[in-house]
Amino acid sequence: MQFEPVIGLEVHAQLSTNSKMFCSCANQFGSAPNDQVCPVCLGLPGALPKANHKAIEYAIMLGLATNCQIRFDSEFARKNYFYPDLPKAYQISQFDKPICEHGWVEIETKAGTKRIGITRIHMEEDAGKLVHEGQDPNASYVDLNRAGVPLLEIVSEPDIRNSEEAKAYMEKIHAYVTYLGICNGDMEKGNLRCDANVSIRPVGEPKFGTRTETKNLNSFRNVALAIDFEIARQTDAVLDGAKIVQETRLWDGNLNQSRSLRTKEDSHDYRYFPCPDLPVVRFTPGLVESLKAKLPELPDQKRDRFIQEYGLSHYDASLLTVNKAVSHYFEEATALGANAKAVTNWINGDMARLFNETKTQIEDSKITPAALAKMLARIEDGTISSKIAKTIFEGMFQTGKDPDQLIDEQGLRQVSDEGAIREAVMKVIAANPGQLAEYRSGKDRLFGFFVGQVMKETKGKGNPAVINQWVKELLDQG
Amino acid sequence: MKLYHTPIHLLHQQRQKGQVSTLEIAQAVVGRMQATEGQLHSFLSTYPDRALEAAKQADQKQAQGAQLGPLEGMPIAVKDIFAVPGTRTTCGSKYLENFVAPYESGVTGKLAEAGYGLVGKTNMDEFAMGSGTENSAFGPSKNPWDLSKVPGGSSGGSASAVAAGQALAAIGTDTGGSIRQPASFTGIVGIKPTYGRVSRWGMVAFASSLDQAGPMTQDVTDAALLLNAIAGFDPRDSTSAQEPATDFTARLGENLKGKKIGVIKELDLSVADPAVVKVFEANLELLKKAGAQIIEVSLPNIAHAVATYYVIAPCEASSNLGRYDGVRYGERSAEAKNLLELYEQSRDQGLGPEVKLRILLGTFALSAGYYDAYYLKALKVQNLIRAQYKAAFAQVDAIASPVSPTPAFGIGERAGDPLKNYLADAFTIPANLAGIPGISVPGGFAGQLPVGLQLLGEHFGETKLFSLAHAFERELDLQKPPLAL
Ligand SMILES: [Zn+2]
Repeated sequence: MQFEPVIGLEVHAQLSTNSKMFCSCANQFGSAPNDQVCPVCLGLPGALPKANHKAIEYAIMLGLATNCQIRFDSEFARKNYFYPDLPKAYQISQFDKPICEHGWVEIETKAGTKRIGITRIHMEEDAGKLVHEGQDPNASYVDLNRAGVPLLEIVSEPDIRNSEEAKAYMEKIHAYVTYLGICNGDMEKGNLRCDANVSIRPVGEPKFGTRTETKNLNSFRNVALAIDFEIARQTDAVLDGAKIVQETRLWDGNLNQSRSLRTKEDSHDYRYFPCPDLPVVRFTPGLVESLKAKLPELPDQKRDRFIQEYGLSHYDASLLTVNKAVSHYFEEATALGANAKAVTNWINGDMARLFNETKTQIEDSKITPAALAKMLARIEDGTISSKIAKTIFEGMFQTGKDPDQLIDEQGLRQVSDEGAIREAVMKVIAANPGQLAEYRSGKDRLFGFFVGQVMKETKGKGNPAVINQWVKELLDQG
Repeated sequence: MKLYHTPIHLLHQQRQKGQVSTLEIAQAVVGRMQATEGQLHSFLSTYPDRALEAAKQADQKQAQGAQLGPLEGMPIAVKDIFAVPGTRTTCGSKYLENFVAPYESGVTGKLAEAGYGLVGKTNMDEFAMGSGTENSAFGPSKNPWDLSKVPGGSSGGSASAVAAGQALAAIGTDTGGSIRQPASFTGIVGIKPTYGRVSRWGMVAFASSLDQAGPMTQDVTDAALLLNAIAGFDPRDSTSAQEPATDFTARLGENLKGKKIGVIKELDLSVADPAVVKVFEANLELLKKAGAQIIEVSLPNIAHAVATYYVIAPCEASSNLGRYDGVRYGERSAEAKNLLELYEQSRDQGLGPEVKLRILLGTFALSAGYYDAYYLKALKVQNLIRAQYKAAFAQVDAIASPVSPTPAFGIGERAGDPLKNYLADAFTIPANLAGIPGISVPGGFAGQLPVGLQLLGEHFGETKLFSLAHAFERELDLQKPPLAL
């Protein structure tokens, strides 16, 4: 039996506001434990929340960017549960009146462009953290610096069908929040986190299967791995005749597997109700209009501009623009005169591969856009061949050295000298009389063989255009 | 008249004329407090030094020729629900027995600006849940008119303190009648202002959408003066109203001629003590005699007010009180072996039976499958009640009723009968549900026990309400029998 996975993602984005969601404490990462707290975020008796207006604006901005409807009667609600990192024993969140609803984003997959629906975007406060290393090994410690940090929860429709789409969706959300400048987007620091709802159903079946929720997906890679794991686990279970249990699972990024955290029977009843300490979130249509007018260029707009301005394919332009830093890199390099298609190929090709292999990202790159532009200029002016450029590029990636320096150090300057190349071609022809005869009797494809041999003879430094020209001339002479 | 039984506005006049010093006033009150506290138990903590120090400062200021505000140096008590730095804020609960808040409530911050002297923090039903201070973890307060009776609740300590002269005035809070009912039981004035009029910042929450702080005083003028001090927008409380500053004494002295006083058609007085009904009817007669018109108004849904309230308030309370979990402050079970036990034991040991009962009620009413039937329905009824009051105030200046169906009841008399207690809130609860102001003014006596008259006004209509209550107070000119101490 063939199964179709049905996937929906809940993404949490920490907003980069100066202060927390409901108090004036600094929204800062890395302070000493319980350094960024006050009566409000400690949940002391009598302390009251006051909504951060900047966070509300950020929510509206993301809603506008992702084609959502903005609610003018949006309401905060309390989500009640006990946990030591939750000082009030409720999280102020939103329930049936979220600030943004009914939006969508476009993702790029190998199969083409796909629209993923956004059910809702709502505002809430983050919880604190439990720390398990301290003086007493049997104790847990509570750090409430993160308690009250503003979050947006972005809930997708169950429109995602595989891990590739899920990863692309997550990358797209990352693109939106970073383009808008409302979230730092550093997944290692937990700025962007994701829970995945996964179910499977026989292909053609209209009804959804029982779903599980996998929590704690804090990298694009883990999103994909966890979803593949869950699809495989559910498929095996169904094929074994077992029933899928509705449950919450926790992803372990070290073991690359998830384990059951709790089943539906012991799930929380959060007893949501409107938060009586906070009135309806009031703002005017004028505010929404002015935020709309102030929106920066967004990923899709930039993609379309790249297609227009640089003649890139839809796919290439999407890859470049799904990461704000990459798109900047591209524009910096092209501004220095580098050929847009060449820059694209290097970024999406060798560079992407090297980032992947070294588990780094564009922010870590030792190759500046200027250095890449220079290297491309060296290909253009014939100093190096495209093939040699790959070696130079790796050297630049590892050392951050100037391409000219690397070319000289490694003696990789391209040989374009016509006399030297003519000599090498003649040598190769003389050494391969059999192939020569075959070629001349009509086996045209041996042309490549001679070019390859000459390239070898010139230790890869021969200018391919010059080699081609002389091979053709000398082979056809006789 | 004893200094400690003299309203603040009169004392203020006397000291301006040099007839008395503020220190003499404070010494009289502190002396009275110390002499009677053993019998009354109005306070959970007392601060005689603070009261005397504030009085001395007021005297110094006056000696330097400065004009004093009416509350400067005056010994005033505050319900133990308000955070005041350097004092314990127990809220009548064992859970918070040793809790000292590192911040100042909006109300006490404003009183401090006005120069008050904190004489003590008063006893109350635990987390303001109750009608007689019997739910205080630290034992009940006594009614100064009859020490075998409760002073009412939950602001019972504030009421007994003011009635007995242990403080010149006090602040209480009112979620379903907790200022007005004890004011009625002890023969003083108490007003629950419009919701949002007074900041809730630093006031321990019971039911956030209904809680409101207000003055409890010896007469109507003092109530207006105190509300002048504590009212106003507070940016720290998002439910605080952005109303312009008002002088609540502005219309004191007006008479009742042509004023329209509503009586509620659906009000069921058959449940009330005949002595209370008698006082109420006499009060209406007096109003009429003074030139007011008595007009019947219809509030068809008022019969559902108690049920509505006892859904909404426990729901909010169940959430507000979740924070008392033994993790960060307050009672923490020493025997707990794991997290669940820590929660269960700390809450079990720290919270009293009435509080537990209401947490259970609220948790149940909010739980999956019941929300629509209880909480949501209650909100709908609340909206109806609100709308009906609004319509009524198109016809009348105020609506009159008894405050409570009975005078002060005996200590222990209603133990184990929460329903009887809840039903006794029927006359006070509607004002909280509607968010409108309500004042309790002494209306007479049932034997030795005081009985109050309640007047309700429209949203932010306190100035008019004070004017009506003040005129009634003057017309009645109540002669009070002596206290029990
Ligand atoms: Zn804070």
